[in-house]
Amino acid sequence: MRDLRNRAHTISVLVDNESGVLARVIGLFSGRGYNIDSLTVAQVDRDSHLSRINIVTSGTEMVIEQIKAQLDRLVPVHRVTDLTVQGPHVAREMALIKVVSSGENRVEALRIAEAFRARVVDTNVGSFVFELTGAIDKVDAFIELMRPIGLAEVSRTGVAAIMRGAATI
Amino acid sequence: MTPEKELSGAECLLRALKDQGVEVIFGYPGGAVLPIYDALFQQNAIRHILVRHEQAAVHAAEGYARSTGRVGVVLVTSGPGATNAVTGLLDALMDSIPLVCLTGQVPTHLIGNDAFQEADTTGITRPATKHNYLVKRGADVARVVHDAFYVARSGRPGPVVVDLPKDILIGPAPYAPPSQAPHRSYRPVTDPDPAAIGRAVDALLTARRPIVYAGGGVINAGPEAASLLTEFVHLTGFPCTNTLMGLGAFPASDPAFLGMLGMHGTYEANLAMHGCDVMFNIGARFDDRVTGRLNAFSPDSIKIHADIDPSNINKNVAVDIQIVGDAGRVLRAMLDEWRRRAAASHRAPLTAWWRQIDAWRGKDSLRFTQKMTAGSVIKPQYAVQRLYEICRASGRDTFITTEVGQHQMWAAQYFKFEKPNRWMTSGGLGTMGYGLPAGMGVQVAHPDALVIDIAGEASILMNIQEMGTLAQYRLPVKIFILNNEYMGMVRQWQELLHGGRYSESYSAALPDFAKLAESFHATGLRAKTVDELDNVIARMLAVEGPVIADIAVDPRENCFPMIPSGAAHNEMILGPEHADRAAAVTDEGLMLV
Repeated sequence: MRDLRNRAHTISVLVDNESGVLARVIGLFSGRGYNIDSLTVAQVDRDSHLSRINIVTSGTEMVIEQIKAQLDRLVPVHRVTDLTVQGPHVAREMALIKVVSSGENRVEALRIAEAFRARVVDTNVGSFVFELTGAIDKVDAFIELMRPIGLAEVSRTGVAAIMRGAATI
Repeated sequence: MTPEKELSGAECLLRALKDQGVEVIFGYPGGAVLPIYDALFQQNAIRHILVRHEQAAVHAAEGYARSTGRVGVVLVTSGPGATNAVTGLLDALMDSIPLVCLTGQVPTHLIGNDAFQEADTTGITRPATKHNYLVKRGADVARVVHDAFYVARSGRPGPVVVDLPKDILIGPAPYAPPSQAPHRSYRPVTDPDPAAIGRAVDALLTARRPIVYAGGGVINAGPEAASLLTEFVHLTGFPCTNTLMGLGAFPASDPAFLGMLGMHGTYEANLAMHGCDVMFNIGARFDDRVTGRLNAFSPDSIKIHADIDPSNINKNVAVDIQIVGDAGRVLRAMLDEWRRRAAASHRAPLTAWWRQIDAWRGKDSLRFTQKMTAGSVIKPQYAVQRLYEICRASGRDTFITTEVGQHQMWAAQYFKFEKPNRWMTSGGLGTMGYGLPAGMGVQVAHPDALVIDIAGEASILMNIQEMGTLAQYRLPVKIFILNNEYMGMVRQWQELLHGGRYSESYSAALPDFAKLAESFHATGLRAKTVDELDNVIARMLAVEGPVIADIAVDPRENCFPMIPSGAAHNEMILGPEHADRAAAVTDEGLMLV
């Protein structure tokens, strides 16, 4: 039976580092009505002008297969790898989280940060900026805990992902 | 050795086109492309056809490409030149037509400044092309042009835009010949996986109710692919149906041909699709005009889908066996595998299936009644049928283009194609105004052939300015207008789905088409009644130059059979000739187009 449930997939796309390539990928998603939960892009190989795009998207099995096939036929795309299908992989994002609080809440924010191994990268008498790296759900959990004690602003990078072990895309 | 003269960007571009085998360009000049026009003026290798509107340049290039299998080339200026071309580009994308469209651009230092006739052409055309490029350095001109031709013709063909800033066209641009190295990133699979071929042949060998459903991919794979399709159908004894885009891929006169399938397909083709147990789709994409309601589409069949574009597979219809590859190579592999296996296998007999198909055929779903008494109104079906019969009797190689609407469907139903590349129609995008410029492109490629645009009186007005191009280049395209004084398909849907409220679908204030033809130095003919029809067709074919034949047809005629939107193949509406017409449109169907 075909799986009709929506599932999140992490897809890595190796592309030529040229102008317009990100617009092609984003245009594909918006034009065909696919979801983008998270997207990161950066050059990964200067000599061969390659960039890597990591996309977290969700859909049924048929939609995910479509997304991969559509990405793969873009001319500047070298390789499309579905890390969720490939097997074990590490997916991490970095977040900067500003908490504005005083008194007991300020102490509590620091305690939670310690438990999450978040670093304080800026502080003054009324605020902290925490730097946190981890899986999406860890960052989500941290933000939820900060919400009642002075969460003021969040900046997240989106997911960077790579396969575990010696295998490469 | 004297060092080679340094080329300008425009000269480098023309040399690259020449090395790509380009003989003709369809275009329209403007400020940003003046350097290219200046270079064109100083050479003789490449011919330029001056159109009257940039959309027509693209359709002309499509007609050229579809009738020859080569890449069509378009040249337009920046800004409005490029935006006018967009409809044609999307048309070519939807129908997988290989084009290279060269667009002028403001000089690089003005890009982004809202300069005169500036448009973000790569931005605007990104979703309307297979790929596009903005050339930013003279050193890239040749490489990008060669790359554009490779991308346009490789894999699933499509339109490619090369945007050329004016300073790049004027400045120096060292030439580089086409590279023999494999493309850096775009290398589509053309040879099918033998295991998939094996599974497909397994399924087909045991089929009791098989059908071959062949589309435009077979045409795009070249005339050899069409011969292989015919060979495969004959070898297996299967029935074969074609999509709108696939007409001509299999000979219409062959007893195994069931006609076109889909919304206005034949009864036998659609019921065979609905009732088959194994379906072999070669080079078609399960378009919504073909499938009807998806959850009722061919419910009991094993589906084999061969396509060069993996993204077409499992897009609309979940299939059981997928084959990625060029249609010709897939068919060759299928033939080889079938021959290897058929001798050893016990094949299920197909006699019961053919008996069923013949019973469906007996319905004669394309039947219509034409009153033959003098003064009788002409049925549009009869007009196309007579056009076909008279063209066939003339023995001339005939190419048909169409506009979009009822006349297009009647052309598809009643004009019979024996060979590929003779039928050019706007399938995916459904672009009114396609047929006249496409016919120009066909005639440029085949100067001695008979080229006929089967048109409607509404569609033809969408690119009527191209009569000027016909006159200038003495292109003897025949425009055969089925004039029912309505946007007929709109009127038909309003009659069937919207309570007969004919909102804005009447073609008011029509021109006198015969006089219009004459004002463009062409011949104008008119048939008002059935007794005048044959004579007008004969004269149209006999005139050496371009002709408009204005054929007054029954304004109330509807195009049948019809699978209403949201209905299944076995819920088709037959014409008024048939007592058991069946089917009504559901509320869900009303939402669909």
